[in-house]
Formats: sequence, structure tokens, C-alpha cells
Amino acid sequence: MEMNVTRRTVLRGAGSLGALSALIAAGVLKPTAAFAAEWNKAAFEAQDTTGVLKGLGAGTPGEHKGLILKVPDIAENGAVVPVDVVSTIPNTVSIAILVEKNPLPLSAHFDFANGALPEAAVRLKLGQTSLVKAVVKADGKFYIAQKEVKVTVGGCGG
Amino acid sequence: MSSMNRREFLQMLAAASVAGVALDSRPLLAAENGDALYDMPKFGNVRFMHFTDCHAQLLPIWFREPSVNLGIGAALGKAPHLVGEHLLKAFGIKPGTREAHAFTYLDFAQAAKTYGKVGGFAHLATLVKRLRAQRPDALLLDGGDTWQGSATALWSKGQDMVDACKLLGVDMMSAHWEFTLGDKRVQEIVEKDLKGHIDFLAQNVKTTDFGDPVFPPYAMREMNGVSVAVIGQAFPYTPIANPRYMMADWTFGIQDENMQKMVNEVRAKGAKVVIVLSHNGMDVDLKMASRVTGVDAIMGGHTHDGVPQPIIVKNSGGQTLVTNAGSNGKFLAVLDFDVRGGKVQDFRYKLLPIFSNLLPADTQMAAYIEKIRTPHKQKLEEQLAVTEGLLYRRGNFNGSWDQLILDALMEVKGADIGFSPGFRWGTTLLPGTAITFEHLMDQTAITYPYATLNEMKGERVKEVLEDIADNLYNPDPYYQQGGDMVRVGGMSYTCDPNAKAGRRISDMRLGGKPIMAEKTYKVAGWAPVDPAATGEPVWDVVAGWLKDKKTISARKVNDPKLTGMKGNPGIA
Repeated sequence: MEMNVTRRTVLRGAGSLGALSALIAAGVLKPTAAFAAEWNKAAFEAQDTTGVLKGLGAGTPGEHKGLILKVPDIAENGAVVPVDVVSTIPNTVSIAILVEKNPLPLSAHFDFANGALPEAAVRLKLGQTSLVKAVVKADGKFYIAQKEVKVTVGGCGG
Repeated sequence: MSSMNRREFLQMLAAASVAGVALDSRPLLAAENGDALYDMPKFGNVRFMHFTDCHAQLLPIWFREPSVNLGIGAALGKAPHLVGEHLLKAFGIKPGTREAHAFTYLDFAQAAKTYGKVGGFAHLATLVKRLRAQRPDALLLDGGDTWQGSATALWSKGQDMVDACKLLGVDMMSAHWEFTLGDKRVQEIVEKDLKGHIDFLAQNVKTTDFGDPVFPPYAMREMNGVSVAVIGQAFPYTPIANPRYMMADWTFGIQDENMQKMVNEVRAKGAKVVIVLSHNGMDVDLKMASRVTGVDAIMGGHTHDGVPQPIIVKNSGGQTLVTNAGSNGKFLAVLDFDVRGGKVQDFRYKLLPIFSNLLPADTQMAAYIEKIRTPHKQKLEEQLAVTEGLLYRRGNFNGSWDQLILDALMEVKGADIGFSPGFRWGTTLLPGTAITFEHLMDQTAITYPYATLNEMKGERVKEVLEDIADNLYNPDPYYQQGGDMVRVGGMSYTCDPNAKAGRRISDMRLGGKPIMAEKTYKVAGWAPVDPAATGEPVWDVVAGWLKDKKTISARKVNDPKLTGMKGNPGIA
């Protein structure tokens, strides 16, 4: 426990940083590496998932058991829903995360170079109950995993 | 019957005897002195006792089981979604008996007078001691919802129940409503009071920042030379069903994957019996049992289902028993295992109703309860009114107690519509009895009791009803929260539980006129999860109304019109 407290104190001292910024602060990701990838305007500005997939050049991706999407069944707080994507598909070079019902579905896009472990953890805002989709590119092919996350008014339980 | 051949008849008999069912009524009649009802023939070498969702009811009470508990989709027609005669038939319980009274709402008021009150920690303590005498190292498991539900639990911030459980000899617990005392208070109790006495277990509570475990996930013990493990599962949707600000730094969820990891871990450490002490709710437990392997039994609560026998769920690793042990201190479950050759060979299970007139009060526990009540006696026993009708809460859509609360709230607040949360706790009062302040607190004792009056547009009213209906009737149990539907006063509506999310509620009317999407309505309610909400405690609003009325006529319970539920054995 002592170590955890220290971890928390260190991060608090560094200011209120998001998960990604924390990694940058810790020197895990270089800002250039995180942000230098080309901005995919077509994908990020698409207003539906079909448009995003088109923008990514993903066509109609298939499923793959090496692609694991972890999201809660019901969001504890729709404003910060934890989404975790891991790909064990060989030669995974990118992970995109989409929230189908958000006005702009593409929420994040990560590129992985030189054999970096393809895992992305983000916290996303969901305006309403929606499918969350992870799309990865590996060896030139695209794969998809999706799961519904329920956003509810709360109260009235048990 | 005539079409039943001899073989089928014998099969039925065999099935009935496996289920431990009495085929004639004599054992039940003989049970009047309690010996036969509570007689547990010695079996196997490992024993777990389990109670859950007692909601701080230290004294004997009445509790009417639901007449509406609908199963939707794959749950249709299966336990726990069976009520009344359907439940009796499925479990081979003879109608008109003491057991039939314990497990159903049938002829409730009359049967309650015949058989007396149920539960009470002093009577429970007597039974626990008897069962421990047979098997001294038996473990007593508490599924949670123990520190909330009464005036004295609220006023002592759970302390009266913590000390009662230590006196009772609880070994391990998990939790839900406990968290509404606030994260700091829970940690204080765990560190100061429970340490060395009761293991507070939850594999699915982590810190929101790093995902570190907050509580130990499991505990292991030796019983009769057999290594056993109990893994705790707290209510996965605590921060959604209750105010999130009360446990803001903790995240919950079902966490199947971590559950499997914990099972594998305790098996690797040598556990020959693995129990999950769960506050998932029975539908979630049934799904979890089909996905997680290596668990011998999930002993569950939350949904307050008094299920007489375990449901056996097959999975890729073998099978898992799923039980649910009712609520309000009404039952004690006993699960015996025969463990030989490194694994469970067979089991026996009984869900024992605690009839207070069959089990003498344990003097030590009775003295403790008296001690904690004495300073509050005058307030607790203050008579507010007399009820002419039966007052109960449990049921999918409404209960007469909630109707009373709605009637009081709407009248005092001058509201068009009333909302009362679909809690499943709250005791029952018989017709012609006094309503005391304590009885009112049994329905309302929470740490966010504010009565509210809000202006809501018709479309928002529909959104709220749709959202809560989906928490109850989503065909996938992992999207359910285990409470009942919000109770609605003043407004009529139609509900189609089989419809898709957002389409279950229709024909909303106020005084016969359709509710308009853009029109604003005054809505009274209580128990807001919003951190900014304030207001007079609901018990003060209702107590004032009761004292003013003095005599409360039988309530006209406002239930929605149901679509597509004909023939569903989850409704009377």
C-alpha cells in the first residue's frame, strides 16, 4: 500500500494529468511519438462509424480473438468511461477507438511502431448508451471488437 | 395426470426426493416444535451457513414475498422468477403449509397470524449455535446489506449491526448498502471493528486511479482438514444505483475475468471447495456461473429471492450451484459438502425460514439488542397512525407501503406525479396494526433521504421510466441492476417488459389525459443520487402526514398495465 500512496502523491504533485499525459510525464511516451502521427481528418470528422471506417481505410473489418476490448457493462460515470484495448494479433500497428452514438464517433487513434506493445487505455465521454468499438490494423488487415456500454440515470437499486 | 405413465411418475418421485421435498405433510405438521423443520441430518465434512440482505432487522418482522417478479427472455418461467403457486409447484412445496407461507405471498395476512413473525437476530443466533454444535468449524457467511435498513443502524452509522454480527459469529462478508455509509466509514469499520473477526471480501472493488484492490478478494480456511476458499463479490453497480460521491475513489463492476483469476489462484493454493459470496443478484449470478469455472457454489443475495433449492448451472469446468437466501433476516441457508479425493462429491442444501416462535431467543443476543434499543425506545415506538390494509413493499412495480409514501409525498408537496425508488428491502405490516416511527424507518432509513420536488418535462419522465425499466428487464442480466421498477404515483402507464430499451413505456396519462412531451410536470420523489440534492428527510414528511391522518385506509396500489405478460409464472 505504501508504494501506491507514493505513486498517488507523485502524480498529484505533478498536477491533474490524464492517463496519457501521465505516461508522457513519466517519459514512457515521447510527446513527438504520441502526436507526430498524421492527423486523419476524414476519420476524426466523420459523423458515423461507417464514415470513420472509410476514413481509416478499414473497409468491413472481421473479428479476431486476439483483439480484446475491455469496457464496463454499465458506466459508473458516463463522463469518464474506462476503455482498454489490447491486441495480441502479430504486427498490430494501430488501434482506433469509436463510440458509435457520440457526435464524432472516432475518439482516439494510436499508432504503434517498432514492436511497441499494442495496448491503449483511455477514458471517454459517452453521451448515451452506445456500442464502443475497437479497430486494429495488423499486417495490412483490419479487425474489430465491439461491446455495448449502458449509460443510465442511476438510483433505485436494490 | 392420466397421461403420465408409471415410469414418468417414478421419475417425478425420484426428482422430488433428490430435491429434498416432503411428499406428505406430516414432517411439516410435526415441525411445530421446530425440531423437524430445523433438523439437518449430518452430511459430508464441510458446512457453510449463509444469510444475506438482512437490512439491519434485529427484531422479528413480517416480510411478504412478491406477487410480481417477472422473468424476461431466458429467465422466463425459471427461478427466481416464479411467484405463488408457480414457485410451490416448481419446488414441490405443499400449499397451505408453514413452508408455503415462508416462500410465497399466498394468503399472506392470515398465514402471518397463524405462523407468527420471522427473523430476528436472537432467534437466528439460536439456530446458528445449533448448527455449529453439529459442525463446530462451519463458516457463517454474510452476503451484505447488513449495516443499513433500520433506524438504529442509521443512527449508529452501522455500529449496532457490526457488533451484532460479531456476536453472531459471522466469519466473512461482502457488501452493497454498507458503502452508502461512505468510503471512510466503511474503512474505519473494517480496520477498527472487523479486523481479526470478520473478513470483508470484494474481488471487484478497485481504486479508480490505479485499479488497486481496496479489500482482500478472498479468504481461505481449513475445515475438517479440507482447504476451503470464499471469494467476495460486492454489488457491481453500487456507484450507479446509489450516490457515487459516497464511494467516489472506488470502482466496481462485475469483473468476471478477475473472478476467474481469483478462482484459479485459490485452487492453485490448494482450495478443494470454492465459494463465491455474492451480492450480484441472482440473474447475474446465474450468468456468472455459466462463464466462470471452478466455483462449487455462488451463494448470492441482492435480489432478495428466497429460492428453496440451488439452481445447478453447467459450465465448461463442470457445474456450479447458485443459491439466493432471501432477505430481512427471514432465512438461514445451510450448504453441506461431501469432499473426498480432493473434490466435492455431493451436497445438501436447505434454506431454513427463521420462525421466531419455533426458535427461542438467544439470551445473550436478546440482551444486546435490548441494550442498543433502550436509549431510542421512545422515538422508535412512537405511534404515527393505524393501517387498515396490509402494507408491503416487495414486487416489480409497486407495493402498498410505497403507495402510502407516494400518496404522502404528492399531497404534502403538491405534486402531479410521485416517484419512489424500487428498493427491495422494507418490512410488512398486517392490517389493523399501528405504524410506528420504527416501521416508517424500516422503509426509508438511508443516508440520502431527501424528499424532493422537481419540474420535469413529459419526455424526461418517460426517459426516467424507460431507463429504470431497462435496469430491470434488459434481457442480458449483466445490464440489470437488481432493483425493482420505480414506483409511480398519480400517473398511469403501460409497460411491455419484452420490448426493446426505450420502447417499454407507453400510454402515460395523468387524470386520464396523455402526458405531453413538452409540458412541465411537478414530480415529488426521494433518495436522489445527485450530490447537490437537499431536502427534508422523507421520514419526516411521511410521519407528519401519517399523524395528520391517524387512520390509513387500504391503499389503492397504482400498478401499470402490462403487455405481453400473459401466462408468465412471475406474476400472480
